[in-house]
Amino acid sequence: MTSSDPLRPSDHIDGDGGSIAQPRLDFVGWLRWGWRQLTSMRTAIILLLVLAIAAIPGSIFPQRMADPNGVTQWQTDNPDLFPVLDAMDLFDVYLSPWFSAIYLLLFISLVGCVVPRIKHHIKALQSRPPRTPARLKRLEDFRETVRETTDADADAEASRSIDIAQKQLKALGYRVERYDTAATSGRTYSVSAERGYWRETGNLIFHLALVGVLISVGLGGSFAYTGQRVVVEGQTFVNTLLDYESMNRGRFVGDDALSPYSMTLDSFDVTYQEYGSAASGQAGDFSANVTVRENGESREDAVRVNHPLDIAGDKIYLLGNGYAPTITVRNSDGDVVYSNSVPFLPQDNALTSLGVIKVTDGMPEQLGIAAFFYPSAAKLENGAYASAHGDLLAPLLTLRVYEGDLGIDEGTPKSVYVLDTEELTPIVGDGSDAPSIELQPGESADLPDGRGSITFEDESPAGAVDFTQSVKRFASLQVHHDQSAVWVLVFALSALGGLMLALFIPRRRMWVKATAADGEVRLEYAGLARGEDPTLKAAVNDLADGHARLLDAPSSRTTRK
Amino acid sequence: MPDLDSLSILFIWTAIAIYAAAFVAYAFDLARRSEVSADARLVRERDAMLVGAGAPAAGSGAPSGADAADAASDPAASDLQKRPRYVMARIGTALTVLGFLFQLAATITRGIAAERVPWANLYEFAMTGTLLVVFVYLLVNTRIDLRFLGTFITGLVVILMGAAAISFYVGIVPLMDPLKSVWLVIHVFVASLGTAFFALACALSVLQLMQSRRERKIVEAAEKQGPRFLATLPDADRLEGMAFRFAIVGFIFWTFTLIAGAIWAQDAWGRYWGFDVKETWTFIIWVLYAGYLHARATRGWRGNPSAWLSIVGFTAVIFNFTIVNVFFKGLHAYSGLS
Ligand code: HEM
Repeated sequence: MTSSDPLRPSDHIDGDGGSIAQPRLDFVGWLRWGWRQLTSMRTAIILLLVLAIAAIPGSIFPQRMADPNGVTQWQTDNPDLFPVLDAMDLFDVYLSPWFSAIYLLLFISLVGCVVPRIKHHIKALQSRPPRTPARLKRLEDFRETVRETTDADADAEASRSIDIAQKQLKALGYRVERYDTAATSGRTYSVSAERGYWRETGNLIFHLALVGVLISVGLGGSFAYTGQRVVVEGQTFVNTLLDYESMNRGRFVGDDALSPYSMTLDSFDVTYQEYGSAASGQAGDFSANVTVRENGESREDAVRVNHPLDIAGDKIYLLGNGYAPTITVRNSDGDVVYSNSVPFLPQDNALTSLGVIKVTDGMPEQLGIAAFFYPSAAKLENGAYASAHGDLLAPLLTLRVYEGDLGIDEGTPKSVYVLDTEELTPIVGDGSDAPSIELQPGESADLPDGRGSITFEDESPAGAVDFTQSVKRFASLQVHHDQSAVWVLVFALSALGGLMLALFIPRRRMWVKATAADGEVRLEYAGLARGEDPTLKAAVNDLADGHARLLDAPSSRTTRK
Repeated sequence: MPDLDSLSILFIWTAIAIYAAAFVAYAFDLARRSEVSADARLVRERDAMLVGAGAPAAGSGAPSGADAADAASDPAASDLQKRPRYVMARIGTALTVLGFLFQLAATITRGIAAERVPWANLYEFAMTGTLLVVFVYLLVNTRIDLRFLGTFITGLVVILMGAAAISFYVGIVPLMDPLKSVWLVIHVFVASLGTAFFALACALSVLQLMQSRRERKIVEAAEKQGPRFLATLPDADRLEGMAFRFAIVGFIFWTFTLIAGAIWAQDAWGRYWGFDVKETWTFIIWVLYAGYLHARATRGWRGNPSAWLSIVGFTAVIFNFTIVNVFFKGLHAYSGLS
């Protein structure tokens, strides 16, 4: 190995070999030995393979970060096994200490391996191509020609041909150096050339860029925030902490980090595949049409799938959508005690939806209502309803009503989507005397025993002829702020670029040597691959042929003295 | 108006049948190569007796030069004083080209019928993916003789495409919203290209293992040296070199797939990476091949161990393509099966 060769770990195929020998048995000796082990190629391979294997369980078990509901489901299905696996972090694989340990070790190894190589490479970039070997013939890729010269001055001809070769190699991107010697049997002229430094540069860029990706991802998380908010048509969302349903904040995101803007959901568009077509009823082209108010100006825009909306460095995504039936409850005096458009959770593709209404004040006892909404209700054989289509073709709301203490005042947070009926008394529907209430938009029904009434409001604009606008829709939006994403991309693309350089740029040495003898010049061409280089042989041939052409070219002859 | 999708199905089954025939032809070719190499050995032994015990068996090492043409002119041939014409291999390749044309027609008609790129559900991934495998195989064959991989490639394509046509077929439906993106065109296409190169690398790695076993047996002067067609193939070193070159091209495509997927995920799902099942497997495959590239450059790992890594890597690719798509639950629920 010469100094312009890239530095390699000792167990590299071109490495200096065998130096991971028995350590000196003192502390420093062991440390040094351990470090060499850690930064060896073998360790890198093993850590890579271990990383691959360690990533597998995360694809088998549901992960909290990707699929929290799946984890809850798994827990319900396997109550005994769950705690054991959970203790092993199998539901948080990618955040677990053992997974982190593997990739951190890998990156320590990487840095330990790459830093000395960078130092070495910087030096190599400044070094000159090595001396021409005495016997080029020994190299595998070698070519030789003898040119007669009529000229008595074979020596000048030899010198001239090396001048030409030098220019030729330089034009091919080689770094060149002349080594002319006065040998015993006549003078020899030679040019030594080397190319492909970008191969090592690319490799280093690649590995460093990986570190860059890791750091950007790690740091980025601390400055990022993601919030979720459900907005019903007509509602306005203000970008403050209070207005989010849930918000995940990185460590360094302060309370005042949110930019002041607001957004009104004007309408929500969906298109359905027609009846009779393939995929009949499939919904698509979702578009949440919004009015954004920012810095005192307002503009109209839309949030669509694959087309997040940019506002003040935030990205707004459309995560989901559904119906938000407007429901009004009146007490026995006819006073409105509850009126709201309630987002219902979709249960299937035809948007059968489930909703919960909690009437906390104004009634003798609190009311809890569990409701199903069917946008296109169809009665099944067993008497139950199902939705046949996602659009509002035959909207129907069915309700069960419970009475009792909803437990809202106890201070334990309760999800707005869950009604815990254990402590409640059914008064309408299953378990009570009254059958469940069924309402179409615009209809009302009385609650039993003169408690009051419940109304499913029709939201259609005046003059509507069908139900298609009778129920409001909601959009579930995600607001995401992560400035590191662009850095991750920059580093990832640098890695890709570095990789291409490292894998496709051949690194090789070339030599052309001319020896003058009586009336002839012997020309030798040789190439030496440094690492993978399948095209070397062709390159040597091309060089020799090109050289011959240049030597014969009339222009080069006329320039002779 | 003809129903283009039915036409596409007709084409695809025709293509599968032709590939199956190509497989048979290639299999005969391997058998024929065994005979050639056996004949060659007889000739060599006779020559050796004539010239005397000390004469080296000419060309006992397979070609090792970097020149592509070397692979075709094998030692057995020169011993027999004639180039074997590998008639069966030619038939196999001709059939593969024909099958390719039918499959291309099937893919294009499907795309026209669907009015979009024909790679938006599992059936279509299989169709376009295997089309690219065959395309890359044929393309490479115009420069390097790789017909000895014919059985592997046509076999793989018949199995994957046949299984897809039988159990993954879905009619044409409009795209789901998240798929309406230029990234569908780029990301999936490049992933399929990467897969094609990994497939060739894997086939070469398998042969490399067989060849290196044979070479070891020869050194040990063992009686049985494994399948005789191996004698007409390049030596293990050269097979490894070729496998490596395909693997690095595949790896670069795969790296790009990973990045393009992250960009798409950022737009469609609001985060660039979330260890969704499919993302995880793409990552696992990438890491496995990174391990392979290192192994190639590490003493004690070059040769057989690295060949095993290339095979494991491709197994993961196939696993990702089939099992993960069909059975694992995740955001990439675009197989079109339900
Ligand atoms: C995150 C972990 C790593 C990944 C994903 C990775 C990936 C790669 C890839 C894809 C290559 C082939 C492309 C090229 O030659 O530039 C490569 C080459 C290389 N890597 Fe790594 N690497 C990692 C860690 C390491 C570590 C820890 C070391 C040091 C022990 C190392 C040393 C090398 C060396 C010396 C080469 C050049 C091999 C050759 O001569 O062809 N890498 N790496």
